[in-house]
Formats: sequence, C-alpha cells, structure tokens
Amino acid sequence: MLGLEKKDFRLLLIVIGLTMLAPFILNPFPEGSEMAQFNAGYPDLMQRFVIFGIFAIGFNILFGLTGYLSFGHAAFLGAGSYAAVWMFKLLSMNVLPAIALSVLIAGLFSLIIGYVSLRRSGIYFSILTLAFAQMSFALAYSVLTPITGGETGLQLALDDPRIFGASQTATGNIPVPALFGLEMRASYEFSIGNWLFTFNAGYYLAAIFLIGSFYLAIRIFRSPFGMMLRAIKSNQTRMSYTGLNARPYTLAAFVISGMYAGLAGGLMASMDPLAGAERMQWTASGEVVLMTILGGAGTLIGPVLGAGMIKYFENIFSKINDTILHGWFAFLPDGLENFVVAIIHPFIGKGWHLTLGLVFMLVVIFLPGGLVQGGQKIAAMFQRKKPEDAKSKATEPAE
Amino acid sequence: MDQFILQILNGLDKGSAYALIALGLTLIFGTLGVVNFAHGALFMLGAFVAVTMSKLLTLSHKVVDETRTDFLGNPLQVDVPYIYDWFGQATGDVIIDWAVPIAIIAAIPVMIAIGFIMERGLIKHFYKRPHADQILVTFGLAIVIQEIVKYFYGANPIPTPAPSAFVGSFDFGVALGFDPNAIIYPYWRLVYFFFSIGIIAAVFAFLQFTTFGMVVRAGMADRETVGLLGIDIDKRFTIMFGIAAAVAGLAGVMYAPINSPNYHMGMDFLVLSFVVVVVGGMGSLPGAVAAGFLLGILESFASMSAVIDILPGINQIIIYLVAIIILLTRPRGLMGRKGVMEE
Repeated sequence: MLGLEKKDFRLLLIVIGLTMLAPFILNPFPEGSEMAQFNAGYPDLMQRFVIFGIFAIGFNILFGLTGYLSFGHAAFLGAGSYAAVWMFKLLSMNVLPAIALSVLIAGLFSLIIGYVSLRRSGIYFSILTLAFAQMSFALAYSVLTPITGGETGLQLALDDPRIFGASQTATGNIPVPALFGLEMRASYEFSIGNWLFTFNAGYYLAAIFLIGSFYLAIRIFRSPFGMMLRAIKSNQTRMSYTGLNARPYTLAAFVISGMYAGLAGGLMASMDPLAGAERMQWTASGEVVLMTILGGAGTLIGPVLGAGMIKYFENIFSKINDTILHGWFAFLPDGLENFVVAIIHPFIGKGWHLTLGLVFMLVVIFLPGGLVQGGQKIAAMFQRKKPEDAKSKATEPAE
Repeated sequence: MDQFILQILNGLDKGSAYALIALGLTLIFGTLGVVNFAHGALFMLGAFVAVTMSKLLTLSHKVVDETRTDFLGNPLQVDVPYIYDWFGQATGDVIIDWAVPIAIIAAIPVMIAIGFIMERGLIKHFYKRPHADQILVTFGLAIVIQEIVKYFYGANPIPTPAPSAFVGSFDFGVALGFDPNAIIYPYWRLVYFFFSIGIIAAVFAFLQFTTFGMVVRAGMADRETVGLLGIDIDKRFTIMFGIAAAVAGLAGVMYAPINSPNYHMGMDFLVLSFVVVVVGGMGSLPGAVAAGFLLGILESFASMSAVIDILPGINQIIIYLVAIIILLTRPRGLMGRKGVMEE
C-alpha cells in the first residue's frame, strides 16, 4: 500500500491512529479526578508532541542513518520559526505560505552549514555544527536584532503590512494564524460524562504534517538512498573504495533533516506566532539528541516516542509536588510516608531534569537502541507465543 | 598601547580557565580516548567545593550574648562559627577569609575521588563503544551532576569572595610607565593566572620528569605495546583521569571568586573548551594550553569597542569563527598529532 511493505504500512496506520485519536488517548482520566493531572490531552502539549516528533524524525534521518551527530540542529528550527513569523508579518496570517517559507529557509541554511560542516566527520563534525549553531544564536541575540527581534524575540505588531491580509482585525487586535479562515487556536470541546476532550485545529494540522513526515521518513528508510546512508554509517571507507562519493548523500540527508527542523519551527510559529533566539541555543539542540536516542536512533518510530516522552515528562512530571505525593502515599504509616516522599522529592517537580538525565544515562548504557530496543526485548520474551508480533516491531536498532 | 596590554591581560584569566579545562579534556582524551562531555560539570563541582568550604567554615551555633539585647528586650542571640571556638576570633576570621584557597586543599582529594568513581563506575564500560555513545553518556552524566548540585545549592549564583588580601586591583599603568589607572587589573585574576600557569607546569613536569609520567606518555603513544611490556596501563590511565578531574576542579575552585558559581557554569565553559581542544588539536597537550590562552585573548580583543564598531557582534562569535576556520583549513588543529580521531 502506498509503496510500503506490509509491516511499514501497519506502522504508518498505527501512527495515524495514535495521532488522530490523541485527544482521547491522552485524556484517559475524567476531569476533576485525582489522576486528571496526568492528562496530556490539552492542545498546547499535544501540539508540542507532534512538532517535536517531526523535529526528531528529521534528526533521526541524519543521525540514525548516517551516524553523523549534529549538535546544532536547533539553529534550523530557529531559522524556520523566524521565517514563518516574517511571513505572518509581511504576507498574511495564512499558515501554509509561512510553513513553506520556513522549510525553504531552513533547507537553504542547512545546505550552507552542511556543505561546510560535512567536510569533517566524527567529533569534528559535532563541534562544527555546534559552533555554527552557537554563532547563529549569538548573532540572532545581538547583531541581527532588526531581523530577529533580539532579546524580546520576533513578535507580530499591529502595524505590520500583511499585504494579503489585514494588519489588524475589525476589533483592533492582531489577527491570529489561520488556515484559510480556520484559526489555529480554534478548538472543539466534546464531553462525555466527566471526560472532556479537546479537538484543536492547530494540533490536527500539525498531526497531518507529522503523518506526512513519517510517511516520507519510511520511504527514505526503505529507499536505495536510505541504504546508501546506512552504508556511510557502517563503513564510509569501504563505500568510497567501491567508487561512491559519500558527500552528496550525507549532504542530502543533512538538508532533509534541516528541512524537517524548519517544518517543526514553522509549525511552532504557526501555533504561537513568536520566535526567540533561545530556540537556537545548543541546549535545544541537545534536547533533540536526547529525544532521538531515548526513543531509539535509527528506528522509525523511536524518535516520535522519545519526543513524546520527554515532552510528557517536562509538562506532567514537573507538575507533581510534595502535596500530591503525600496524597499518593497516604496509606503508609506517617513516618514511612514522609520518608518515601523525601526520597522521591528530588526527582519530581523542578527536579525532573534529574530524572531525565538518569533515564537517559540508563538508556545509553543498557539500551543503546533506545525504548524501541527495550520494546523488542520484551517482545522477544513472548516470542515463542507470538513470533509474528515481535517481528512487526523489528525495525533495525542503532549500533 | 595601554589598551592593547589591557586586553591581553583581560584575556589571560578567561584564557587560563579555558586552558585548564582543555588540558584536562585532552588528558582524558589522549589517555583513554574518551570524549568527556561531563568535564564542564567537573569544573563546576570544583567551584562548588569552594562554596561548600566557605559554608563549612562559617558553620555556626547560637550563643546568647548577655551584654546586648534585641529589639524585644530579650538577650541577643549571636551566631558564632565553630571556628571561633576552636581557634579564637582573630584566627577564625582569617581562616574564613581564606576559604577559597583552603578549598584547594580539599578539592584535590575530592576531585580525584570523583574522577576515580566516574572512570571506574561508568566510563570504563564505554571504551569499546562508539564515540557518539561516549559523548551521549557523559552528556547525560553532566545533566545529572548539574541537577544534583542545583537540588542542594539552588539555581542562583552564590557569591564566594576572594580573601580580602586580594581584593582591589593592581595598577599596571604605573608599573609599566603609562598613566595611572590606564591599566588596572584585579589582584585575584592575576593570582588565577599564575595559579593556572603553576598547575599547567606541574602537569607537564609530572608527565615529563617522572617514571609514572613517562609510562603514561608511552601509553598515549602506543597503548598496546606498553600493555605487552607487562605494565598495567589501565590503572595508570585511571589515575590520569583522576588528575584531569582534579585539574578541572582546581580551575573551578579558583574561578569561584571571579564569577559567582551557579549550577550551569560548567556547560557554558564546556562548549567553549571543546572548541579550544579542537583548535589546539585533539590529543595535543601543549596545543590545548596554547589555544586556551590564544582564544581567551582573542575574545577580549574582539570585545574592544574599536573592533565592535567595525564588525558588530564579533565578540560573540569570534571563538566559533576561529574554530570553524581552523577546522576547515587545519583539521588537526594547531598542534594536533597525526592519526588522532581521523577514522
């Protein structure tokens, strides 16, 4: 189907199902119940899931396939955001041209940086990309203020030209990003009993882009081009001895992943039309590395899982506080309750980064293939019962 | 001319920090072949040893002072550091004042121990894994260390003053025959510079003039042959890791008065130190030191207003720009050895 093998098509269907039904799946607990804080089905977070999913899928095309570890991918995301916001300022509030331009700009930007950085490999490549990204960050923060808005970030204003749209709405407000009149922030709320489900236009737009990106990633993974990229990872010397020049392939992978990052940046600006330099900082680049590795570099579904998990941690885990913990462990005797809460305390709330760091280290140490490899290991335990099931997940783990 | 000298001096203290961190990074890389992203965290831990030391020294208990009363008329409770009880007030004050230099003594064993634990507990298992995995696991470790420090010390910078003997500035202008106040330079930065020169000299002397250092150098050149000669090179490399951690830690201890330590100072320095290492040449100790000072001085030259007027923003990007140019034109860096990291 669609040029995919049966198991890939099934994977695509799973992703389509998950993204389309996300408002239901992520809101399993009724409103007002004690568990409601674990609900992730609100638009802002769902949008972040899919946008960072796209970012990580793109990063995985570079890192997972070719093994080139870029520490500067956030620069492309930032460039994409700026491009989209400029489109909103100059052209109209329609999101499609904005996203198109952000992909294009990020593509060009990554072409330049990739062309230079890919002259070196290994740690040198990582440092070069890091240096370029930090340079972009520093420039966006200081000298390029007329273009980037500097410290305050790039924001929409009432006196922007917006040639094909209105500078301001009838009520004198700044118009919001929309897709042919469908506002990105528009939501439809639907409740059954105590459950409240929110269907957000922006989320579904981003989800459709995610599905498209995922489909494209599958096609790249299964194509001869993808095979070339894997050859670069496993043995570049041998590849060049067989008469193939690796550079165009790595450059193409770099630009593709840069465009994915630009798409993510454009979507981010479409959901909330502002862009700041901090999106380019190297910590942001580090985050996408974490996502990809956590989920499983070189696997198809891994980066999406990793992105979802980190964003879930960031938003939900960080909200748990001591009071909630005391609520959970209330059944224990008082002394023991306080003891347990004291032990868990450093890992929750503001300390969620500690949990993230520990989980990440454990994954790198014990599961170099990420969560997907973990899933495969569990599946392998049941393999005798269901050999078919284990295979469907068996995408190649990273080395 | 005076501006020129001032910028060189300004570059020296930052350059010293770069050089020390880069030296440690290169030691680890040259001996163990591991790219240690947690090295900035070790630098930060060093700074927090200084913070802890000054907190420990001022640890106090309450004593009721009968002669004074507080605003309610009750006898005033005064915090008296334990140090006063042991050494008397005058000596106690001096000791508290000298907390940062005292922290150096504490930092050496602490950092060597942390280095040992890191190497034996974690990094040992990554020698056979790809460089990307090493980068990733040490990156994760850096996050963990950073967050632990944040948990115990909070997110705000903690001012840690230098001993009062070093407060104030040295007027180079007078010493060199320029106008007074043309070139003034804080004493502590001068101390930092000489301290780092001392550390660098000590590390080089250790490697050059001791049998242990000779074996380590031999191991850096050809690990296998040294192993075949019946020398337990792994053990010595572990010790080198401890020394590298101590160098980073000492750089951090002494840096605490210059910039109030906060939990992410390590990461800020790490990125730049990697650039320094690459510019100096992967695996070259003199290269790392030279590049550290060079980039520190270049950075301060780039922040001269005369330069910024011509090239706005250059001070922010100069280091990266230099790194990119050097990597593209001289991939081995300034003094890189042949065959290091060129797979």
